[in-house]
Amino acid sequence: MASAIRIKGGRVYDPLHGLNGVVKDLCVEDGKIVQECHGAAEVIDATNLVILPGGVDIHTHIASPAVNAARGLRPEDHRLLCCPRKPGLRSGVGFTVPSTFTTGYLYAQLGYTTVMEAATPPIGTRHTHEELNDIPMVDKGCYLLMGNNEFILQYLKSGDLEKIKRYVAWLLHSLKGFGLKLVNPGGVEQWKYGKDVEGLDEKVNHFDVTPRQILQALTWVNEELGLPHSIHIHANRLGVPGNYQVTLETMRALEGKRVHMAHVQFHSYGGEDYVSFTSKAKEMADYINGHPNVTVDVGQVVFGDATTITADGPWQYRLHKLTKNKWYNLDVEVETGSGIVPYTYREKNYVNALQWAIGLETFLLIKDPWRVFLSTDHPNGGPFLYYPWIIKLLMDAEFRSQMLKRVHKRVLSHTMLPHLSREYSLYEIAIITRAGPARALGLRNKGHLGPGADADIAIYVDAKDKEEMFERAAYVLKDGKIVVRDGEVVESCPGRTIFAEVPGDDDLLTELRDKFEKYYTVEIGNFPIPLEDLPFHQAVPTGRPV
Amino acid sequence: MTVAKEMRVVKDVTCPFCGVTCDDLEVHVEDGKIRDVKNACVLGKDTFLHHLEGLATPRIDGKPASIEACIEAAADILARAKYPLIYGLDSTELHAHRKAIELADLIGANIDHTSSVCHAPSLQAVQTVGIPSCTVGEVKNRADLVIFWGANPAEAHPRHATRYSVTVKGMFTPQGRKDRTVIHIDVRRTPTSRMADTFIQIKPHSDYEVFSTLTALVNGHDLDVSEVGGVPLQEWRDLVEVMKGAKFGILYWGMGLTMTRGKYLNVVALLRLCQELNRFTKFLGAPLRGHGNVVGMAQVLTWQTGFPFAVNMSRGYPRFNPGEFSVADLLGRGEVDAALIIAADAIGNFPAKAAQHLKSIPLIAVDPKESETTKVAQVVIPAAQAAVAAEGVAYRMDHIPLPLKKVVDSPYPSDREILDRIIARVLAKRPDDGAKRAAPLPRG
Repeated sequence: MASAIRIKGGRVYDPLHGLNGVVKDLCVEDGKIVQECHGAAEVIDATNLVILPGGVDIHTHIASPAVNAARGLRPEDHRLLCCPRKPGLRSGVGFTVPSTFTTGYLYAQLGYTTVMEAATPPIGTRHTHEELNDIPMVDKGCYLLMGNNEFILQYLKSGDLEKIKRYVAWLLHSLKGFGLKLVNPGGVEQWKYGKDVEGLDEKVNHFDVTPRQILQALTWVNEELGLPHSIHIHANRLGVPGNYQVTLETMRALEGKRVHMAHVQFHSYGGEDYVSFTSKAKEMADYINGHPNVTVDVGQVVFGDATTITADGPWQYRLHKLTKNKWYNLDVEVETGSGIVPYTYREKNYVNALQWAIGLETFLLIKDPWRVFLSTDHPNGGPFLYYPWIIKLLMDAEFRSQMLKRVHKRVLSHTMLPHLSREYSLYEIAIITRAGPARALGLRNKGHLGPGADADIAIYVDAKDKEEMFERAAYVLKDGKIVVRDGEVVESCPGRTIFAEVPGDDDLLTELRDKFEKYYTVEIGNFPIPLEDLPFHQAVPTGRPV
Repeated sequence: MTVAKEMRVVKDVTCPFCGVTCDDLEVHVEDGKIRDVKNACVLGKDTFLHHLEGLATPRIDGKPASIEACIEAAADILARAKYPLIYGLDSTELHAHRKAIELADLIGANIDHTSSVCHAPSLQAVQTVGIPSCTVGEVKNRADLVIFWGANPAEAHPRHATRYSVTVKGMFTPQGRKDRTVIHIDVRRTPTSRMADTFIQIKPHSDYEVFSTLTALVNGHDLDVSEVGGVPLQEWRDLVEVMKGAKFGILYWGMGLTMTRGKYLNVVALLRLCQELNRFTKFLGAPLRGHGNVVGMAQVLTWQTGFPFAVNMSRGYPRFNPGEFSVADLLGRGEVDAALIIAADAIGNFPAKAAQHLKSIPLIAVDPKESETTKVAQVVIPAAQAAVAAEGVAYRMDHIPLPLKKVVDSPYPSDREILDRIIARVLAKRPDDGAKRAAPLPRG
């Protein structure tokens, strides 16, 4: 039938099935990968081409109230990349905070087919879903911000873990969230009166609970609910010199539990200030190497313009004071905060250059590629458009040492980078950008090319320059349809919103109605998002920890 | 035989009138007509109770026509236009916003909305320096100092005070009004002054000067003058102490700042003051926004094009330049050659010169009701009113989206449907513009 495609003669990299550059035909039927096509199929001649599963981004910021505020805040940024309208496609702008349609097209051109919005405040999740609906080409989902939720803090104060579990389930169910996200647990609540927390055992104002308790309670809830993805943690003290200790302590507090540490690069700093600023990537990697319960994404820094967007309000204020750049802050009732500060990473700035080196050290020192994933914490470390450049840095030690010569001289004596000769193979790249994040997300149909997988496939022209290779996919198939050819989007497809299928719990409603009345400003009846609001969606079953 | 009357009560209804976006209305419907509205303010009540009054009728050149013929005529005008304008969009909902922007993208139009003539300078100020802000629930739960500046929420946003900012009790404001100090600063007394503990009357056009003074005082500088803005300096010194002494302060501003001399620079000065105060305490600011869902239109326009208002698509991609692509300027210079005005009354509200130009070009009006614009439009397409007869999503002034319900039926299509049908007809008139087909692959 018409939707069948045979991809002939390409070199297949499918780490989940141990295929490392094996020449093999792939068959696609009705949007899925199949053992063999039945009857006639269109043919893609992939001779000399490289075939990978579609890319999976486990941590990015592409749709949320804060992301949209960042777009609105930065007209100067949009002039760097204008994307004209084409028949069947919509116009838009880049660069660090692209408009929605453009976001989808740009990801697809790189060969990405699944992306996860890493932070949405529950009350703004209706907005997040509406934005995601306007991001075509990719499957997508969002993590709900929980680490400073005042209802959770109240329940925690009274020691009612079961209630937290039911409330979290209600939130996920009502808002069609995919996972749980903690951002600076306890610290953002402190920020609501202009403060922060220093460590895991500091009490949070008014609630008499500590970041450690929040971390442990919500990690327990995450596992009790059997969510496909582990708890997703943005630890306390992001960006602050000396923060590696609190990061290590956070991982130790959750020892033995599935845990994903987000953008660890930003949490691997030594020193007491930005003058004595040092890398602690080695200490972090040592811990991670010895603890198979931990996965991380790196949050690699790339040089040039970035927009920092995070729910970590106190950090954003600190960055504003540091840079004098414009500062947006939106504290969200009951739930969280958020802040935005434009930022430019400079090669000749010691701190920026060392941040860059710390990211690469993290990639190179963590031994198991299944537990370290490519991200820039887009657009915090820089836009996702630079993923190909990062891949080149990882695959090409010579290119790395050239870059090292360009950056601030002091970095050379403060990084292990010159001594790290490891070069990632294509197979390992396929793991850190596809198979690994898909596995960590518990998405069984993503990140591999075995029968039954979604036919999300990226095909590249092999080139010596890996940046060039990954910048423009030769073909991208989404659900078995060719959507990108020669690096250009040729057909739009809507993509699906993926969420965790958590059973609803209406018994909690009476109690929640009272809490809503007292502390929120919206009716509880207007809070849940009906499934009809997500025209293309897919529920991922829970309760079976992967 | 008597037919049983249909009676029902729709709860948790969201009001579309202003940016307070109350979502606790109870609407009583009898035989498809709205009989009563509970919990709403007088403005909201009016919106629902009188939704059937003054309805528009479909017509072309003043003569009655079918909706379909009107849509065809509208598509004709827009497909032919060289430099069209799409404007309005405050009194409608998210999905209509989406479609309006899609249409603008398709025909290379200018697209702007009511923000352009109210809080656009606030948006520009935020683009300049950012903004420390919060959702209204934070004010409910924490604010012990609330300042209204150049704004009159008592009349323009009637339930703001009781739901969010003045009398309401919250998590750390258990005594409501008693836990808050409320200050009103304006060029004249208004009903809002009566809600305040203190009213400070300043001279017109002195806002920028006053904000600069306050910022200087906050930063520890003293000034060698006796008064600023017609107010003794000591009063400003006292105000600064109140601001610094608050645990959680918020400064709400209105069009008294955005539409007077200085415009966005007034708001820049205000926002800098709020930012500086965070060195001492938590201090935030927010514009009192919203006729209708104007905030929502800015949201959707921003995520689809990157820019919050005054967007031009004539080069095939979005460009933003207030003054060049903002509606009053485009019309004042007589640049556009056709216009689609939807969910707003442009002619009734615009400067004479701008209105004059609108009357001189092919004009399409999409509106539930007759207005100054529908009176002169070449094509009038009546629509089901969003939030009353059409569902959707509206944004509160703090960017929180809320669902709009369809409370009663309308014989007319929704804004979203009308725009969708116009898009289909414009596309049909440009056959080269269908989705580009990929070249067929060899079969094997």
